[in-house]
Amino acid sequence: MHSDRASLGLKIAAAAGLLFMHLPILLIFVYAFTTEDKSYQWPPPGYTLKWFSVTWERPDVWEALSLSLRVAAISTVVALVLGTLCAAAVSRTRFFGREAISLLVILPIALPGIITGISLRSAFNLADIPFSFWTIVLGHATFCVVVVYNNAVARFRRTSGSLVEASMDLGANMFQTFRHVILPNIATALLAGGMLAFALSFDEVIVTTFTAGQQQTLPIWMLEELVRPRQRPVTNVVAMVVVLVTFLPILGAYYLTRGTEMVAGQGK
Amino acid sequence: MTTAIAFRQVSRHYGTVRAVDAVDLEIAEGEFFAMLGPSGSGKTTCLRLIAGFERPTAGEVEIFDKPSGAVPPYRRPVNTVFQDYALFPHLNVRDNVAYGLMIAGVARAERHRAAEEALSMVALPGYAARKPAALSGGQRQRVALARALVNKPKVLLLDEPLGALDLKLREQMQVELKSLQRQLGITFVFVTHDQSEALSMADRVAVFNEGQIQQIGCPQDIYDRPNTPFVADFVGSSNVLPPEMVERLTGKRASASLRPEALRLQADGYAAQVIEKAFLGAVTRLTLDIDGQKLAMLLPKGEEVPEKAATVHIGWDEDALHLMEQRDA
Repeated sequence: MHSDRASLGLKIAAAAGLLFMHLPILLIFVYAFTTEDKSYQWPPPGYTLKWFSVTWERPDVWEALSLSLRVAAISTVVALVLGTLCAAAVSRTRFFGREAISLLVILPIALPGIITGISLRSAFNLADIPFSFWTIVLGHATFCVVVVYNNAVARFRRTSGSLVEASMDLGANMFQTFRHVILPNIATALLAGGMLAFALSFDEVIVTTFTAGQQQTLPIWMLEELVRPRQRPVTNVVAMVVVLVTFLPILGAYYLTRGTEMVAGQGK
Repeated sequence: MTTAIAFRQVSRHYGTVRAVDAVDLEIAEGEFFAMLGPSGSGKTTCLRLIAGFERPTAGEVEIFDKPSGAVPPYRRPVNTVFQDYALFPHLNVRDNVAYGLMIAGVARAERHRAAEEALSMVALPGYAARKPAALSGGQRQRVALARALVNKPKVLLLDEPLGALDLKLREQMQVELKSLQRQLGITFVFVTHDQSEALSMADRVAVFNEGQIQQIGCPQDIYDRPNTPFVADFVGSSNVLPPEMVERLTGKRASASLRPEALRLQADGYAAQVIEKAFLGAVTRLTLDIDGQKLAMLLPKGEEVPEKAATVHIGWDEDALHLMEQRDA
């Protein structure tokens, strides 16, 4: 028998679990408003909004934020193109080694970031590529491609292959078929994959540490700030922004892919 | 009479598999042509060769006397009704039907009007705003039909279009398809594994087996005068008599087909033993053993049904025994 109401024990367990996961984040938020800027003192001696204006006027925050946004945007675009092409090839055609390629594409996300970081760094050194904006983008693209690929490949599998044939049968060439049939059918999957890729790239630390030169992305900047404290709550304000910037796309991706099971590949 | 589709020694091989093997075929304009055969016999591949989804390994498919060679699917004057209908799930019924016209650059108002017209032609008016997911199988089938017909193709290709429908709906669609074809005068090429569907609808039927055409002819011919044991058996489950038996009966050495319904009980006929009997409604099917050869016989309702293991005497009209050329059975 299923009871509509959860038992008290279950409720407590759920509440405890949620608190365990989210209380630390709330603490970060609280410290963004504290008047104490040398150490994290609990409870905060007083509350103020001044750290928001201080943060606003710190150029290093803006540089890091802008670099992170640019890296995330370009990595996402690269991932969207490569991931979609790869997914189309793997799901639409049969060829020798198809499963192996599928596995190799997914591998970077299973691999510890430190391995990816080290291998990219030594590869860049070997190839005499100086560290730059683009080496960061390349590093991020390795795992962003996976996210887009996974989303796209699932959608391709649910999209009936005869749709493409039907479109061509009705007079549409390859380009028209892509625009009017394939793209509308995979669009939400790409959007979801792209948002996830963006969020992943935006808060990435490990791979970035190995592939960035002197530049600081936002997460790296935050790490440095924690080590040598100077106006500590500024870090908390930035952390709040990061949480929001990361959370919104993920929420969006969740809503976009919800209830789209019926979109593609309905058969008979 | 114009030839709509012609196959000239067309083969399509996949590695060592000969899906279509040296097929010669001519389909006249305005004809309702059925390609009949078991699955894997090459009939669907032939349809895809006409549509342009497949290219021949050898030979040439001509469409209105023009070699189709490298003409891509989107430049052929043919449209297809797919087995799984392949309706675009992101478009509503109206936009699905108007898709071909949209690609052709027809203005919105004009193509919507044409779509409505096509929908009422397939008896599906008022469904334009629905998504395919909200339709039943039979309705999707009609949308697929309208989507193909709205482009006014010279040849309409139908790949087992009735396969997913239940019996009642299938019979109704058979009648509708046939009258639609007469009304429009378009050449229909219809692929099916259902012999009764092919016989009831088509002007001519090509029977496929293992990539080759066994026989082409009008339904009556295919049924009454099968060329090969395969055709005799596949179309109407005819009795195929081995050459030795036919030699004893007629003096000629060849396989022969003998329709189950051509057999009748006859006091002075050949003695046979009833092995099995099955009541099928309008008829009863008897399986008989005559000198070690199994024969199927259909007994009309009203005749007395013999008991199992009983000995009966059977006979048939002389011209019911149809001698066949000896080919791979």
